Amino acid sequence: MDNKILFKPGHTACAGCAQSLAARLVIEAAGSNTIIANNTGCLEVFSTKFPDSAWNVPWIHSLFENCAAVASGIEAALIYLGKKDATNVIAQAGDGGTADIGLQALSGMLERGHDILYICYDNEAYMNTGVQRSGLTPFYTNTTTSPISARFPGNLRPKKPMPEIANAHGIPYVATASAGFPQDIQRKVKKALSIKGPKYMQIHVPCPLGWRHESGQTLAVAKLAVETGLYPLIEYENGKLSGARKFAQLKPVEEYLKAQGRFKHLLGDPESIKQIQAIADNNILKYNLKAEAQKSD
Amino acid sequence: MKEFLEGSRAIAEVVKLCKPGVISAYPITPQTHIVEELASMVANGELSAQFVNVESEHSAASVVLGAQATGVRTFTATSSQGLFYMMEVLFNIAGMRLPLVLTCANRAISAPINIWNDQQDSISLRDSGWIQLYAENIQESADLHLIAYRLSEDKSIMLPTMVCMDGFILTHGMEAVDMPKQEEVDKFLPPYKPLYKLDTAEPLSMGLLADPDYYMETRFAIQETFKSLLKAIPQVNAEFKGVFGRDYGDGLVEEYYTKDAQKVIVAMGSVCGTIKEVVDAQRAKGKKVGLLKVISYRPFPYARVYDILKDVPRVAVLDKAVSLGAYAPLAVEVKAAFSGKQKAPRVVSSFVAGLGGRDITLESIKEIFLKLTQKEASLEFIDLKPELLTEEYGQ
Repeated sequence: MDNKILFKPGHTACAGCAQSLAARLVIEAAGSNTIIANNTGCLEVFSTKFPDSAWNVPWIHSLFENCAAVASGIEAALIYLGKKDATNVIAQAGDGGTADIGLQALSGMLERGHDILYICYDNEAYMNTGVQRSGLTPFYTNTTTSPISARFPGNLRPKKPMPEIANAHGIPYVATASAGFPQDIQRKVKKALSIKGPKYMQIHVPCPLGWRHESGQTLAVAKLAVETGLYPLIEYENGKLSGARKFAQLKPVEEYLKAQGRFKHLLGDPESIKQIQAIADNNILKYNLKAEAQKSD
Repeated sequence: MKEFLEGSRAIAEVVKLCKPGVISAYPITPQTHIVEELASMVANGELSAQFVNVESEHSAASVVLGAQATGVRTFTATSSQGLFYMMEVLFNIAGMRLPLVLTCANRAISAPINIWNDQQDSISLRDSGWIQLYAENIQESADLHLIAYRLSEDKSIMLPTMVCMDGFILTHGMEAVDMPKQEEVDKFLPPYKPLYKLDTAEPLSMGLLADPDYYMETRFAIQETFKSLLKAIPQVNAEFKGVFGRDYGDGLVEEYYTKDAQKVIVAMGSVCGTIKEVVDAQRAKGKKVGLLKVISYRPFPYARVYDILKDVPRVAVLDKAVSLGAYAPLAVEVKAAFSGKQKAPRVVSSFVAGLGGRDITLESIKEIFLKLTQKEASLEFIDLKPELLTEEYGQ
């Protein structure tokens, strides 16, 4: 690891922001020979308010939806200059910038085969603009544009399956990660950067403001999402599921839901919780998240 | 040596001579031939650039933005809806002071969908912070690309340039073109040396958030650069003449029989060729008519327009675009040139013609000269078909 601090403190992220933590882990794992293209969003706003910048690597922000295309141009320029082999290129964005407005540019980047690591910091809503629903907002979440009412229990659609969508492009590496598992993030970033071609990583990053939990609970909440099976940590290599973090005992989703204000409306409603448990159970089956019991002798 | 070339081929040849490192484009009629030619030059090794085929114009502009920010000269081309789809990236490029060059093969805007020529696309981007140069013919289209790179990359300018050439008329038309030699281009256009770039040896951040304490100054700085361009464009135009033996007026405007003229048409782009033909014919009959060709729409050369037209009694402005609900875009600027001044033409009439590819014929131009009477025409559409209006809406 470089001795230089690549993502400096003093930026203006909220207390308990998991995105700032994950962004630091990513760039520390990638190292100083890295150029970053960043979409508009919380990370861009809190890390680069003129005249300050938290970044100690070359960093560019253009627009909300085009970091994958800007990174493609950076990569093409590095190839032209003969510098690509010595340089990592990372494109990074939030969940709205990835799954909604930036999906076309991302798909183009993946399809064209650029040697770029794309990172989606998934805090499951448009937090920068005030907690509006995105394509990665979970089922029954209370957001400012999927508000709960007597008629609606929050967001009516499940999360868009971005890892599978990325994987369907036939790219060499896709992974999910979580701020609750920092070493796993860094291992996956290093692995991704050792592979040539387009890579997609989606990191679950709790947002105390939007998820309405105590700032000190960020890592605990992140871990619960994984431990319940709602946010499985998986890897695809060359299209095949090659890894999943397994647990001997998966926790009931209610433990995760009750830790956050955005799901508070569901707590007296066993039917809704059952529906969310079904999403977790499906993940547990699909990705085989349950560790085999050890043989007794 | 002159070669008989299609306009798009001439542009591709001249872009090749400028040695861009990254080219990115998305197909749209009538820009396609330009980028097809470049793609084949890259494929057969004539041009050592990275050619990035993208999924949209938004990404084409974003790719060249990223590449230019990494310190490489770039090129892209588009038209019409494609230019509009690039719009937010184009404002972004200018704000980031990245000296890109883009060819706009001018085409009408939907709806109704129409692939033919007018200038509504680039005109609508007039506030984007891009230098806008309009070409009359294929030779000028090619030459303006050389001037564009040279201007944009000047350390005191650092703004992008849009070279506007009328779709089909210039992109698909054929003309004998004096293609520059590589040595001449190298002499006129030095290799691109960026002021700042994305480089791991010297990390810097680009595209930062500027709050109300800082934002205004960035816009003011661009406005000041546009003022300085009113001097820089004539200088570069003169240097261009020194190397290539050709020039285009003073680079901002070109005068054609304006000195003693009683009637002058102001116009931009390929229609100027048609107007020149009418002017020649009428001059032969002793009529004192002329043309003022505007090459640089941004920056707009108000002082030059004032000086040239202040003693001309009657001026007609021909627009190939509209600003629906207001005066036509070129007419607005010409009228503004006389605002608060001592002298002005007695009449500044405004005509709109050629929208959606309707031919502007010699007859259309003669009609404009005829209609340039003592009564000022305001936003008069030339060659309208009244019978269509009746059929559609009359009953």
